[in-house]
Amino acid sequence: MSIVDKGKEAVQGIAQAVVKKAVELAPGALLPGGRPDPLIRRQHGHIGKPVSRVDGPLKVRGAAPFAAEVALDGMVYAALAYSTIARGRIAAIDTALAEAAPGVVLVMTHRNAPRLNPPPRFLTGDKAAAGDDSPIMQDDRVRWNGQPVALVLADSQEQADHARSLIRVTYAEEPAATSLPTADGCEVGTFMGEPLRAVVGDADAAFAAAPNKVEAVYRTPRHNHNALELHAATLVWRGDELFVHDATQAVAHTAWSLAQIFGLEEAQVHVGSPFVGGGFGGKGLWPHQILAAAAARLAGRPVRIVLSREGVYRAVGGRSPTEQRVALGADADGRLTAIIHRGVTPKTRHSPMPEPFILPTQSAYAAETIALEVQTCYLDMVANTFMRAPGEAVGTVALECAIDELAERLGMDPIELRILNEPDKDPISGRPFSSRNIVAAYRAGAERFGWDRRNPVPRSRREGEWLVGMGCATATYPYHRMPGGAARITLDAAGRARIDAAAHEMGMGTATTHTQVAADRLGLPLEAVSVRYGDSSLPGVILAGGSQQTASVGLSVMMAHQELVGELLKLAGNDSPLAGLGVDEVESADAGLRKRDEPDRFESYASILARSGRSELAVESSAPMPLETMHWSMHSYGAMFCEVRVNAVTGETRVSRFLGSFDCGRIINPKTAASQFRGGIIMGLGLALMEETQFDERNGRIMTRNLSDYHLPVHLDVPEIDVIWTDIPDPHAPMGARGIGEIGITGTGAAVANAIHNATGRRVRDFPITLDKLL
Amino acid sequence: MTPFTYVRATDAQTAVRLADSRHPGVRYLGGGTNLVDLMRETVERPTALVDVTGLSNEITETDGGGLLIGAAVRNTALAEHRLVRSRYPMLARAIVAGASPQIRNMATVAGNILQRTRCAYFYDQAGSRCNKREPGQGCDAIDGFNRMHAILGASPSCVATHPSDMCVALAALDATVHLNTAQGERRLPFADLHRLPGDEPDRDTVLQPGDLITAVELPALPLAARSAYRKVRDRSSYAFALVSVAAALAVENGTVTDVRLALGGVAPKPWRPLAAERALRGQPATEAVFRAAAAAELAAAEPLRDNAFKVELAQRTIVAVLGELAENGLAGGGA
Repeated sequence: MSIVDKGKEAVQGIAQAVVKKAVELAPGALLPGGRPDPLIRRQHGHIGKPVSRVDGPLKVRGAAPFAAEVALDGMVYAALAYSTIARGRIAAIDTALAEAAPGVVLVMTHRNAPRLNPPPRFLTGDKAAAGDDSPIMQDDRVRWNGQPVALVLADSQEQADHARSLIRVTYAEEPAATSLPTADGCEVGTFMGEPLRAVVGDADAAFAAAPNKVEAVYRTPRHNHNALELHAATLVWRGDELFVHDATQAVAHTAWSLAQIFGLEEAQVHVGSPFVGGGFGGKGLWPHQILAAAAARLAGRPVRIVLSREGVYRAVGGRSPTEQRVALGADADGRLTAIIHRGVTPKTRHSPMPEPFILPTQSAYAAETIALEVQTCYLDMVANTFMRAPGEAVGTVALECAIDELAERLGMDPIELRILNEPDKDPISGRPFSSRNIVAAYRAGAERFGWDRRNPVPRSRREGEWLVGMGCATATYPYHRMPGGAARITLDAAGRARIDAAAHEMGMGTATTHTQVAADRLGLPLEAVSVRYGDSSLPGVILAGGSQQTASVGLSVMMAHQELVGELLKLAGNDSPLAGLGVDEVESADAGLRKRDEPDRFESYASILARSGRSELAVESSAPMPLETMHWSMHSYGAMFCEVRVNAVTGETRVSRFLGSFDCGRIINPKTAASQFRGGIIMGLGLALMEETQFDERNGRIMTRNLSDYHLPVHLDVPEIDVIWTDIPDPHAPMGARGIGEIGITGTGAAVANAIHNATGRRVRDFPITLDKLL
Repeated sequence: MTPFTYVRATDAQTAVRLADSRHPGVRYLGGGTNLVDLMRETVERPTALVDVTGLSNEITETDGGGLLIGAAVRNTALAEHRLVRSRYPMLARAIVAGASPQIRNMATVAGNILQRTRCAYFYDQAGSRCNKREPGQGCDAIDGFNRMHAILGASPSCVATHPSDMCVALAALDATVHLNTAQGERRLPFADLHRLPGDEPDRDTVLQPGDLITAVELPALPLAARSAYRKVRDRSSYAFALVSVAAALAVENGTVTDVRLALGGVAPKPWRPLAAERALRGQPATEAVFRAAAAAELAAAEPLRDNAFKVELAQRTIVAVLGELAENGLAGGGA
């Protein structure tokens, strides 16, 4: 890390400290108006209804345009060549054959690429989007095995791919750090500007003195992103303006960052991304969009770039491996006296963060002493980046397996042990919980799953060759709401509303849920609301990440609605039944405004606009700073239940039943939410049983580079997954809803591992749990 | 993908003549489910493709009560054929244990036989050394990731496995391969088709350039009506075998009178464990005998860094499959 980077992170830390201080001084001003979102109280609106996806028909008909499907006149196709060493210099690069190949328009390398400013690395600025700030093709350096070293443009994808294969690179190789023992610069990692370290009391002493204890090391492997839609962009320069049809979960960030890289004004870059085929944290700004834009400028042609599956593994960051030591001490009753969760994970000099696996432990259990720490060491590898619940996904694996081990040691039911250690306030920050109903989630889940049928004695149930067992684990993911939320509401003459926000639809149901929320907010039928999103020209700097998009957009629409009501009252004037009423006296209902306690005093939006001679009324507003998270400890929770069958002959594991019992505040759309929960759980099953990037430590090369070698669960690996939820609104979250996008992957790995232990008596701490570990 | 010419052959003789005229650099194209992948990766760089999917896709009964399977028969059609299912259930089960329905719908019988290893170092043309791809280059798998690799029959130059499931059954069933070559037609025992790597790992089979597989013949084998294929892998479907076992077993009065065994996922070719078969014939059909037979075969195993578990896994799977056949006469698949 450069001194400049360190300075930036320090500044961020200081800024957060200032905000924290301000909040402590003024705890009343946490949410607008200091009162919960009125929609929380509404019981009979569109929120909570299983509305089908508004974009479903388009997608089913293949009519939803994805980034790689946009066709531009004169477009050429890009292919990338990747380095085959982990560290060194490009000594020579022979592109003559490629340049002479049929259809080739351009071969770009560090020798002829336009000079660019460094990519703004994510978290170094409000709108920084790059997952890696290496100056790709700006010098002859190779920083990881798989770094792009050349780009070919040709008239067809096949011609580009072929020409790419003709490029010959000679390297001057330098010693590389490609395994933790050879890594240097180990230090405590940071995440969002804060050190990944927490201390409450003397945990080591408390652990040493504890009458009951468990201590173990858990290892999770490297993972790669595998969204169904490959990373892609179709882009064109028109004069000095860049138009990008992208697949991104950060349109506004990407536009600003590309402007920085190419030395442009922000307004000169337009990024659209109406449909994204899965993001999971991986669809940010990576070298391919930057290089494609550079090549398009050089060639004077529109460019389409689609990374191959191998290209995603080589050029887009993934989740780094972790080695986590968890030590738990408990008194005779099972009350935790010490939680120690420390470990190590690699990072790179050019990416924003290490895998922050201690995050879930920060607010999990009441304990007298706590010691958490993430050591990070530099490797020469592709970036570590955000992958569905960075930290929590693999951190819960270690913590929740250790809790299960402690329960066994104590002879306690693992659910009862968890409930016994349920904290009444955040164990580290001391903040109150905004809403925490994990015990209710466990009770409901246990009853529905039939937890009482579990035999606590491992290896006690067998059906033919199959050993059967049950396990559980806690899921947890924080509520986030990042600064930058904004939205515009436009009412038309017919009283219909359009919501505009620079948000993203990656398959989660964004457009659908915000149609529901806005309809309830405005008192409109669903048909009278449309949502525009996925374009950097729309309001807001909204990341579809951190499970925060719904809160960000939802609160922005709430703020805009408040302003809209004020504007409507002004327009209504003295002839309206609403004459003389203030904003606080009216509410939206039946496609208009009415007096709260006198519903007959009503005028429709259409009538107000017509009388004032307006064809439309537009109001834009921003969400306030996320002060709620400074005052409350806010998290989504889940109780995960798993039943496995492990073959006693071959060690094969089959998950036969799974239940996720969630406490995530109010569920806006049960249909799309259930898909989110199930999708996360399926990803968790992969994490538990099969996902693993093979990173050859001899040369830092990723050897699993397709979906044949890199195993994700197939349909047959996924049982019927039952999901239920408490649906208890969080009074401190917009709409009462906390995030649901990432929590499904958390806790799942441990639930599977704990079930395997119950089935077999084997405690596997090295993930994924492949059959060889159970023979 | 390197540019190539494409021509479609309507019959075997034409195909062989077309191939001969385009030698070297010609490949026969079946369903393309492996060859086209390899071309995209530039591991294979044919200059000409002769499409042989127009050749025989018939499955006919032979006079002796066996089956003659045209080389262009699609994998799905073979697995679903009534006589295959009744007379050679291990073959039907082996085929459906492989790949995905879409791939099986495209893949041909001859193409399946001639598919190449899935060793990741073999595929990584740009960044890894492989003697099978580039003779003399070296092998990055021997000291690298070799969990999927061979424990039997490998050599210091190559430790890759043959990936086919179908071929494991064909090896157990004593199939014969019909060839059409520039020198005329000939037949070859299936067991002799694939070769061990030795110091020429680039040669997967004994076929000469231009030799065309036209059919596969299964002999009458009443024993095989009670046969099984069990595949053990890292997920429930769409994964290559860590270990697979094809087996047919005849037991009379508690004694093994005849047996056919073949193993997949453990060797550079579909592995016919003759030592195990010898140790079974004439012996009591007991678990102890099955265990000893498996151990006799696996005594020769030479595991690598990541695949020692395959020795135990193969041992257990052989014993389980034989045990189930002895008990029921019909063994189910793994899961």
